[in-house]
Amino acid sequence: MIAIVKYNAGNIRSVQNALTRLGYESIITDKASELLNADKVIFPGVGEASSAMKYLTEKGLDKILLTIEKPMLGICLGLQLMCKYSEEADTTCLGIFDTNVKKFPDTGKVPHMGWNSFIDTKSPLFKGIEHNNDVYYVHSYYAEINDQTIASCDYILPFGTAMQKDNFYATQFHPEKSADIGEKILKNFLEL
Amino acid sequence: MLKKRIIPCLDIKDGRTVKGINFVDIQDAGDPIELAKRYVEEGADELVFLDITATIENRKTLVNLVQKIAKEINIPFTVGGGINSIPDVEKIIKAGADKVSVNSSAVKNPELISEIANQYGSQCVVVAIDTKFVDGEWMVFIHGGRTITLLKTIEWAKKVTELGAGEILLTSMNNDGTKAGFAMDITNEVSKAINIPVIASGGAGTKAHFSDLFTNTEASAGLAASIFHYSEIPIPELKNYLQNKKIPVRITENKTT
Repeated sequence: MIAIVKYNAGNIRSVQNALTRLGYESIITDKASELLNADKVIFPGVGEASSAMKYLTEKGLDKILLTIEKPMLGICLGLQLMCKYSEEADTTCLGIFDTNVKKFPDTGKVPHMGWNSFIDTKSPLFKGIEHNNDVYYVHSYYAEINDQTIASCDYILPFGTAMQKDNFYATQFHPEKSADIGEKILKNFLEL
Repeated sequence: MLKKRIIPCLDIKDGRTVKGINFVDIQDAGDPIELAKRYVEEGADELVFLDITATIENRKTLVNLVQKIAKEINIPFTVGGGINSIPDVEKIIKAGADKVSVNSSAVKNPELISEIANQYGSQCVVVAIDTKFVDGEWMVFIHGGRTITLLKTIEWAKKVTELGAGEILLTSMNNDGTKAGFAMDITNEVSKAINIPVIASGGAGTKAHFSDLFTNTEASAGLAASIFHYSEIPIPELKNYLQNKKIPVRITENKTT
């Protein structure tokens, strides 16, 4: 069973729709037992960092998510919340990834919205994806590149578009909205 | 590099696609889901569904349709038409739309833009602006282009950006339906005046119109309806053309042959 973390962020249902299309059953839950017993956990979301962290903390999910031992995939805001700190409303985040989240400078159009490519480090997440790897982005904040960055994207400046530490994976782009390539990445994650 | 987006628009009435489909030689284009799926396979970057009935009785039909689209489609889509309040937005977003588009309701109640942005994030709010060149000024029109307002287009675009819009869908009424090309001047003026993406709409008739748009303006996307419905311009052909013109576009394997 795949568990999708339930919290006050948008876009959660579209992840479930994507899993259904791939033939996987999933539940949307904020129960510790269901999250800890799931084969895979997906932590999606579009929203605002501080209100999301507040909600996670109130539900005790800030602690639970750190103890997940099965593969977990953060998406978009999920990736940002898995970092150390976000400039968005000065928010202390989960700290799984040892990097900070900053706002894009206004030297380009913000949000970064649309299809953009990435350069990966041959992570199993990107197995079978070689070129033409355009994926869908929509975000105004980005994670700074560090040694946990497994793929980078260039928009206004280079940023970390995929991260990994142990069983924790995350993408800034939306695999669930990235057509066939996104489905392939989700499938790669589900088959880890 | 961020790609320029190609966005087909489907006008919806009572759960069916209405614009440009009552002609011969179109494979069941009356069903918006089938048409949407075809566009996804052809490599459309996003889809826009505009509900042109938008009466209370037909809201349920729309919500059901949005649910079905969300199940079938693996690219982002926007839903607009008759969205007047946060409860309207909630129904559409819960049904699975990625973004909502507001037009007349935002002019009447600009706070609606910030309310949606605060609750769902700016990326969720597309402000549609219908504009027409009147007595030397680009003015904002509402009610499907029937009513002129006192708003100047550039000023309104700046205002909605401040209020938290994530994107502007700019339709030139002078160009819409002419197939004579996009309105370059106002599209570029708006794109330069604000720091959020602008989707240009109205006037696309040829592949060259899209390359002109992306070469001469800072528009992030081009939107069109009938030229795609009729397959007058197949999306893969358009994208190959743009790629040859060195315009960054997303190239996909076309599965419909």
